[in-house]
Order: sequence, then C-alpha cells, then structure tokens
Amino acid sequence: MTVLAHDLAHDPAFPDPTLRDRGGPAQPLLSVTGLVKHFGGKRRWRGETKGAVRAVDGVDFAIAKGETLGIVGESGCGKSTTARLVMQIIPPDAGEIVFDGEEVGSRALDLTAYRREVQMVFQDSYASLNPRLTVEDTIAFGPRVHGTPRREATGRAHDLLARVGLEPGRFAGRYPHELSGGQRQRINIARALALQPRLVILDEAVSALDKSVEAQVLNLLLDLKAEFGLTYMFISHDLNVVRFMADRVMVMYLGKVAEVGPSDVILNNPSHPYTAALLASMPSMDPDNRTEEAPLYGDPPNPIDPPPGCRFHTRCRFTSAICANREPPLAAVAGPHAVACLMTQPGSGHPQAAASREVAA
Amino acid sequence: MSSLSPAGAPLVETKNLTVDFVGTGKPVRAVAGVDLTLAPGEVVALLGESGSGKSVTLRALMRLLPEKRAKIGGSIRVDGRDVTALSRRELSAFRGSTVAMIFQEPGLAFDPVYRVGDQIAEAVVRHERVSRAAGRARALALFERVRIPSPEQRLDNYPHEMSGGMRQRAMIALALACRPKVLLADEPTTALDATVQIQILLLLRELQRELGLAVIFVTHDIGVATEVADRIAVMYAGRIVESGACRDVIRAPAHPYTRGLLASRADHVFTKGTRLETIPGAPPDLTALPPGCAFAPRCAQARPACNAGVPEERTASPHHVARCLLLPAPAEDGACHRADATAAA
Amino acid sequence: MTVLAEPAAETVRTASRLGRGYWAGVVRRLARDPVALVAAAIILTIVLAAIFAPWVAPADPYKSSMIRRLKPVGDAVYLLGSDELGRDMLSRLIYGGRLSLVMGVLPVFFAFVVGSMLGIMAGYAGGWLNTLVMRTVDVFYAFPSVLLAIALSGTLGAGILNAIVALTIVFVPQVTRVAESVTTQIRNRDYVEAARVSGARAPTIVRVHVLGNVLGPIFVYSTSLISVSMILASGLSFLGLGSKPPEPEWGLMLNTLRTAIYTQPMVAALPGVMIFITSISFNLLSDGLRSAMEVKA
Repeated sequence: MTVLAHDLAHDPAFPDPTLRDRGGPAQPLLSVTGLVKHFGGKRRWRGETKGAVRAVDGVDFAIAKGETLGIVGESGCGKSTTARLVMQIIPPDAGEIVFDGEEVGSRALDLTAYRREVQMVFQDSYASLNPRLTVEDTIAFGPRVHGTPRREATGRAHDLLARVGLEPGRFAGRYPHELSGGQRQRINIARALALQPRLVILDEAVSALDKSVEAQVLNLLLDLKAEFGLTYMFISHDLNVVRFMADRVMVMYLGKVAEVGPSDVILNNPSHPYTAALLASMPSMDPDNRTEEAPLYGDPPNPIDPPPGCRFHTRCRFTSAICANREPPLAAVAGPHAVACLMTQPGSGHPQAAASREVAA
Repeated sequence: MSSLSPAGAPLVETKNLTVDFVGTGKPVRAVAGVDLTLAPGEVVALLGESGSGKSVTLRALMRLLPEKRAKIGGSIRVDGRDVTALSRRELSAFRGSTVAMIFQEPGLAFDPVYRVGDQIAEAVVRHERVSRAAGRARALALFERVRIPSPEQRLDNYPHEMSGGMRQRAMIALALACRPKVLLADEPTTALDATVQIQILLLLRELQRELGLAVIFVTHDIGVATEVADRIAVMYAGRIVESGACRDVIRAPAHPYTRGLLASRADHVFTKGTRLETIPGAPPDLTALPPGCAFAPRCAQARPACNAGVPEERTASPHHVARCLLLPAPAEDGACHRADATAAA
Repeated sequence: MTVLAEPAAETVRTASRLGRGYWAGVVRRLARDPVALVAAAIILTIVLAAIFAPWVAPADPYKSSMIRRLKPVGDAVYLLGSDELGRDMLSRLIYGGRLSLVMGVLPVFFAFVVGSMLGIMAGYAGGWLNTLVMRTVDVFYAFPSVLLAIALSGTLGAGILNAIVALTIVFVPQVTRVAESVTTQIRNRDYVEAARVSGARAPTIVRVHVLGNVLGPIFVYSTSLISVSMILASGLSFLGLGSKPPEPEWGLMLNTLRTAIYTQPMVAALPGVMIFITSISFNLLSDGLRSAMEVKA
C-alpha cells in the first residue's frame, strides 16, 4: 500500500493534494454565496419570468477543509441542483463559487483546473458508467484527459481499484453490467478519486444500495477520506446516514437553506420546525413506540411559484400571520448554528419569538 | 411456519412455495421454499434486500408473474382457494375482490390517459355489476377515506396531475375499491419523501385496523417494517430465515443475517469516526444455491454442519422461529439433526 | 490499508462471468438466434453468388436467342426459364445481384456515414446547431421517399451513379434523425456528465463515450434501410432512371418482363421474388442484431 501511495505522489502531473493548499487551514475549501438557478419558464416581455422552477433560490454556504457537510431535504428542495451548480455541470444564474480562496472561472482557477480539484459521485451507479468501457478504462479516462500516459493512467486505475476494495486482477477488464450495484458504486468512487480531487461531492451516492452494501460503502468513504485528506459534500435524504457521515448539516427546503449547523445540534436539537418534522418523520425503530401522528400533512409544495414569506409557512404548525409576509433571513442563533425561522429571531414579530430588542432595551 | 392466528383458518397459506425463472440462461430460483401464513386482520412484513425473493413471493400469491417464464411450485391457498388452480376468468375475479395490490410506482396501477376517479369507478362496476353512479359514489367515498383533500375535484384529475403522495393515496383507494380481504403492498412508500412516507404508513395502518384487512407488506427498510407490522418475516436468498412478532425480531433477532442487518444501520452508531458493522461478502448466486444455509458463506458463526442441508426452523422464543443451527434443536428430532451434522463433519 | 482488509463486496455473484468483450457477447447472442442465422446465410449466398457470378452462372446473361424466348421455369436448358429476349433467367438473376446489392448497400453506407456525423453533431451540440440541422432534415422529410428519389434522380439524370447519389440523399435525413435522437439520450446520461466533470472536451467525450453507444443503434437502423434502398433502386431502374438495358438488374428485369406477365407469370415474377427475399433477409438480420445488442442491466 505504501509503495502504491509513493507511486501516486510522484506523478508530476498530479502533485500531492496537500501541496496544492493555497489559502491555509482557515480558508474554507469551498464557499458559495448567493447561488441562484431557475429552470424554464417563459420570459415575459416586461418584468419577471413566470412559471420558472426556482430550484435554487439564493443559497450561501461554506465547507471547511477536511470536513463533511451533509445536505438534507426532500425532493424539490434543490440539493441535487446545488451539487450540479457547484460541480459546474450547469451554469448558475447568479452567485459566486470560491474554491480555496480563488473564484471559480477566474484566471487563477479556470474550469479545467477546478475540475481536477472537485469531483462527483452520482446516485445511479449504472447510468454513471459507460456500458461500453471496461472498469479500468473508465477510471483511467480522467487522468488520460489531463495528459497522463496510458500506462501510468492504467496503473493508477489498478491502484484505485485495490483501494476501493476490488481486486484489480479480477475487475479491471470487466464491464459495468457484469458488476453488482455496490461494486459499480465503488468504481464510481474510484473514478472520482482518479484525478486526486480535494473536494468530492456525493449526490445520494449510497441511496440506491441495499442496507448491508450501503454500510460497506460508507465505511469505505470514511477510510478514503482519512487516507487522502478529502473533503466531502454529502447529499442524502436519509438522516441516519447523514448523522453518521457529516460534521455539519445543512437542511434545505424549496430552494433555500432552512437551517445549518453542527450535525449533533441539527439532528438532536433542531431549531427550525421543518428540521424537527423531518426528524420526526423517520420511521421509529421501536415497536412499542410507533409514530402515532404524521409530523406534516401533504406533499412538499411545487418549486414553481413557491409560497411568499417563509416557504415553509403553508405546512408549519407554528405559522403566524407574519410568516406569510416576511421572508426569514438565515441568522445565527448560537455560534455556527444558523436558522431561517422568525421564531428564533428576536423582534421578528412572530408570537413565539423572543420580545423585540426595542422592548428589551 | 406455524400460524400465529389463534383461531380460524389462515387467510393466506403457502407451503413450500418455489418460483423458478427460466429463460435463455440457467434457471434462477428466486423463491426457494417459502411457508407463509397470514391470519385475518394480521399485518406481516416481508423484509429483505434486493434479490431476496420478497417481491416475487408477493406476486406469486396473485399469479402476477409471467406464466411462461416463471414456474411456480408448492401450494398457495388464499381465502380457502387454491390459487395455482384458478382459471383465467376466476383469476381476474379473484384479483381485486379477494386480493388487491399496491405498488411502489402508482404508474403501474393507473392508466395515464383516463381520469383517476373513472378508473376506480370502472373497477367497481366491473367487479360488482353496479351502476356507474354507484361506482362513482364509491370512488368518492374511497377518496374521502384515504384523506385526499377536496376529493370531488380530485376524482377528475389525471394521474400526472397529482403529486406523488396523492397518487399513492389514490392507488390505495383503487386497491380498496372492491373490498378485498387481503392487501399486498410492494414497497409502496420507497419512492416517497420521508414526510410523505410516514403519512402513507399511518394511513395504511389506520385502514387496516378499521377495515380488518390482512396485509403483506414487502419492504427493504426495517424502520418501515417496524412501523406497520405485527409480524416480520425476514427473507434471504429465496427463503424466510426468521419470522416472529415484530417486537421479538427487532429486539432479539435470532438469525445472524437479521442481526447483521440491524447492526449495519447507521443510526446505531453514536460516536463519530466509528465504523459501521457490515455483513461481509454478497448474497449467493440464485442460479446455484448452496445445498446448506445460503447465508453460511457470509456468517461469522458458520460451522461445517451449516453447509450440510438447509436448516429447519427452530424456535427462538414462542412464535419466533429462525432457520439457524445456532438455536437449540427441538427436543424430539434433535438427535436426528445431530446425526446429520456429525455425518457431514 | 483498512480498505484492502475489508473483503471485496459481492464478488460471488459475478465470479463465474469473467470479463468478456461486448461484441463477443453480441456475436454469441446472434449465434443463438435461428432466424437471424438463416437470414445471414441467405444474404451470404446471394452475395457470394453475385461476386463469383462468372463461375456460378450456367450461361452468359447477355446472350439472347430469338427462338428460345420466354421458356417456362423448369425448362430443360433454362433452369429458371428465359426472358423476353431468350436470355437465361438464372444467370441474369445471379449477375443482377451485383448491381442490385450495390444499389442497396452503397447509398445506405454513404447515408450512414453522413447521417451519423450530422446527427451526432446536432445531438451532442444541441442549441442552434441542432435546430439548424434538424429543421433542414425536416424539409426533406416532408416528401415521401419514393417521390424524392424519383425527383432527385430525374433532376440528376439517369444512370447508376446518379441513382446512388439520389438514394443517399433520400436516406441521409432518416439516419440523421435517428442519430440525433440516440445521441440526445446518451448526452444526458450521468457518465457523459461525469466525463465532462473530469475536464474532457467535446471531441474526446464524443469519441470515447458517445460513439460507442450510438453507432450500434444507428447501424442497426441503417441495415433496415438496405431493403428499402434495394426496392427504391429497383423502382428507379423500372422507370428507366437507374441502370440501362441490357444490364441485368432485378428492378430493370422486372420492368422489361412485365409484358410477359400473362404468358409466363412465374418467370416475370422471379426478379421480384429475389428483391423480396433479399430485403426481408436484411430486415430479419437487422432485427436479430438489434435484440443481440441490447445490454441487459
């Protein structure tokens, strides 16, 4: 293993990731501000577009070096769109993405260089592998694109296969349809690591796997993170998995951030009513203490023309008149824990909120 | 599997049910001898991972498998009738009125070009030979029953005009249209968001209780099984390896596979940085099942005797059985088992 | 290290099927399809007979005989009878396969090359380029292919070469449309996105990830056009826009023999039978190819 690591480190085209650090430990690896993406809709000859899907509608977040940020939310909350925007698969309508202090797309960090630093693992393990390419060709593709000679690229593919727990001698020449779902997802992980990225976006990467296979892949992800000093953006709808993986959790609802903070705070003591409802919706594992009442009624609303004010107010049990009129800003409640709910914001006018500052003064 | 129902005949009873898929390659034994009983008003969860045979078992109960490709063996009795002997005509009357099914994808149940209400009304008219107005009235009552908001308008919706959770409710309404005695549910909440899933689970539980339905609920999610089931039957490689009251199976799993499944769940780990317990290896090749316990190659506690023959059911606690040699052998035929084991060793 | 210590997951299931090439699998599946095999055998026979016509044919296809005209099938001298100029039908049919096959295959081949390029370009690029290519293609689509072939051929003038050009132009839009739709599907697959994410540029992605996955379906579709091409070519010859007498060509033979339809219907029908057998064989083979190329998930 150490011998293999040595080989990798000495490829001149791929300097050791730790040597690529620019901004130092205090600089977030990724920071995103004001990210917006609307899909479709007809542009009126005057004024706003109508009927657009407001998939991501003003999202700010940062990921520190070496941490795992979990992103949770239901369908239509914009978590996958956020991943694709960060990955630059689709262009954002607005917003700035800064990677280790350099703006993405600037002269200091063009798209090709950025894509070596950030890689992604998709949910559908089968659709994300070319059925006509062997496993080793799939993994070697990225390095080959960046100019690594074929022999070295294949060698790297074999090393990575070994690291994701697949014996190179048996698997290198296989095709995707000859592999199981878990094996395919390991290939996808190896492919993402072939460019030695610093940030890996895992978009529901374990969601399609059986539970027992999921556990194997989650362990693998933890090992790889430690071994390569990776930073993860981990997107999932499964709160248990996020609890296991993430250092910090960001909860999204209809294209906006509802709550963000350390994972034990968010998942044990949530401040946003939506986070609380999401947690309460997880099936109970206690046969004597089953869920008796659904925490929320109805389906998540359509991201086309989302409700005004707080987007959650149509389903929130604490909703008051003010919620429909005022959009709650994402404001810190304690240290790194920030919530977008008027109840947590003194002076917001919500009956449950603390008294206004003026009265207190 | 001994029936748990205290009195009366079981509503569903399979004995040594096998399903083999034959095609171009080697035959695949998807179900390898399932004995399953369902008492009236009981909810059984069939729990298993992909390829365990849980969905195939469910479809076999309704003979929904392609006849040419799937060979069914053993016996299936539902409500006193031999399902394997039903004629085509009897089968279509049997489906819907005795047994109804709900799916993961409501798209399988609804025709996209007809209004949802009309499809439900039509099912009622066809099965019960009542007027269209009566069918329509039943559809409306069912929509109210499954808590679809503004049911009158929703009856005139096309399937694509409904949200995911709403479509799932409509499909439940369709399944209940002809007052079935048994409801078969094939992962009906898997494609739903968490907040919607729990609503559907609670609805199913409520309907089951009020209508006295017997339900077989196929799922891969232990949490979902815990929410709905009276009894859990764990499937592995085409067999039920453990079966017992929900509480017993979750609290005191008897089969190493069930224990492994429970332990590998991420919610069991509370300290950061610890690794998940995993079940090593992979499920067996269904074209060549091992002669013994199919889980033995992955089992840390496997012994030579495990490979000798498929383990019989042994009792872990009252009404809780598992096919595992680790459990104490039953008193009467224990000697015989031991003899087998020594012979194999 | 810990990674290696953990046993590779799920190796049992696939251990028996060691990595085999995709095309090896296609050939294996094709070999198990009796219909496709028979069709392939028929095509092979006709092709070989056409290539080795001077050795296979029992007589000179151009040698006419005024006294032995329109002999019936099964005649002592002419196995399949003789035509209106007393030429041996069997020999003419064998020789006729040469031109007919060329007229069937060549336009489709050219259309496959041009149409694939246009379609893949339009499908992968999307946007205005797609609109430009596909709307142009739609213009050609507006005319029935028979009419289009006749009109083009008539404009270019009679002759084999011009007929091939005309037929190519008829088929390019059809191939382009199929190529475009297949490419559009592939373009949105996750693996193409993953390739884009790894920093690859469009030509590399098309070469490595798109071509291999689209050429198969386009090829299968194109083989099904061969029969259409043969029939159209025969039609052109029938109208005097393709090959010229005394050249043996099935379509032309059908034309010149039509006067004999009441006296020797069997003989008159023979060129048609050949066109029918050949085109249906190509169709069956392409059907077999299509099902053999379906990769099971």
